[in-house]
Amino acid sequence: MKFAVIRFPGSNCDQDCFSAINSIDGAQADYVWHKETSLRGYDAIVLPGGFAYGDYLRCGAIARFSPIMKAVIADARAGKLVLGTCNGFQVLCEAGLLPGALVRNRGLRFVCDMVTMRVEVADSPFTHGCAQGSLLRMPVAHGEGCYFADPETLRQLNEDRQVILRYANDRGEIVPDANPNGSIENIAGIVNRERNVFGLMPHPDRAADARLGSADGLKIFRSMMETIASGRAAAA
Amino acid sequence: MKVNVIVKPKEAVLDPQGNAVRDAMRHLGMPEVKSVRIGKFMEIDVEGDDVDLEKKLHGLCRDLLSNPVIEDYELRKKS
Repeated sequence: MKFAVIRFPGSNCDQDCFSAINSIDGAQADYVWHKETSLRGYDAIVLPGGFAYGDYLRCGAIARFSPIMKAVIADARAGKLVLGTCNGFQVLCEAGLLPGALVRNRGLRFVCDMVTMRVEVADSPFTHGCAQGSLLRMPVAHGEGCYFADPETLRQLNEDRQVILRYANDRGEIVPDANPNGSIENIAGIVNRERNVFGLMPHPDRAADARLGSADGLKIFRSMMETIASGRAAAA
Repeated sequence: MKVNVIVKPKEAVLDPQGNAVRDAMRHLGMPEVKSVRIGKFMEIDVEGDDVDLEKKLHGLCRDLLSNPVIEDYELRKKS
């Protein structure tokens, strides 16, 4: 099963994604430079974290116009699984593949920490390997991770069960103290309405080995692989 | 032609940077400051000057220079 890890100038979690995916039996990750124009032959696409184009103007604002993004958008519209972590989430929002936007953390600080999230939707292509209401632990490292959506978009997201993960405390309660960045309604990760594009601020790629703190990120990649294997995501 | 583009966070969007600056201004002896909103100011020099170019600029203001989900923009033509 082949994953394309997109490399923008300024990506810095491309190697984390690469090694996390390649640590899973049956998964193979390739780097794809942002100047490429086709993603033919790949079963899934990963937009890694980092500071694409130095985050100039706004995070993801310039990266979304990279040549490869035409292929990412076309393949996403055709149903291929697309995962954006951290900066990748910001790029997906800027590209209009996910609703809302990510703005400066409410506390103004760059947050580098381990966070806990509650699985709100366990039947998505990205989380069906997790139990409903279970907790995932992954690192965050971002300055602009405060999720914002206008009230109408937010209503739609909740109605269509597009909020997949929320920041929670160790008891699984969605409380302000568990929110690292001021995201509206503690939103940590969302999918598009078609449920094949997933963006989250925390790093599944950096939670791929229990010896380094958590292996919960692998659940996301494994869920994607099961989805692809069962033929529920569009083929390349 | 020369144009200035001003990009501002929408009213509904929290501006923690603006709030921090507001608090600093109050702290520095100006308690009258009610609010500060921080945006971006761009000076753009464009070869030529016609309606089509202005239309193009507006398009890029929406697509690239601002994010309509969180920001409003204003395009001001100079001279």
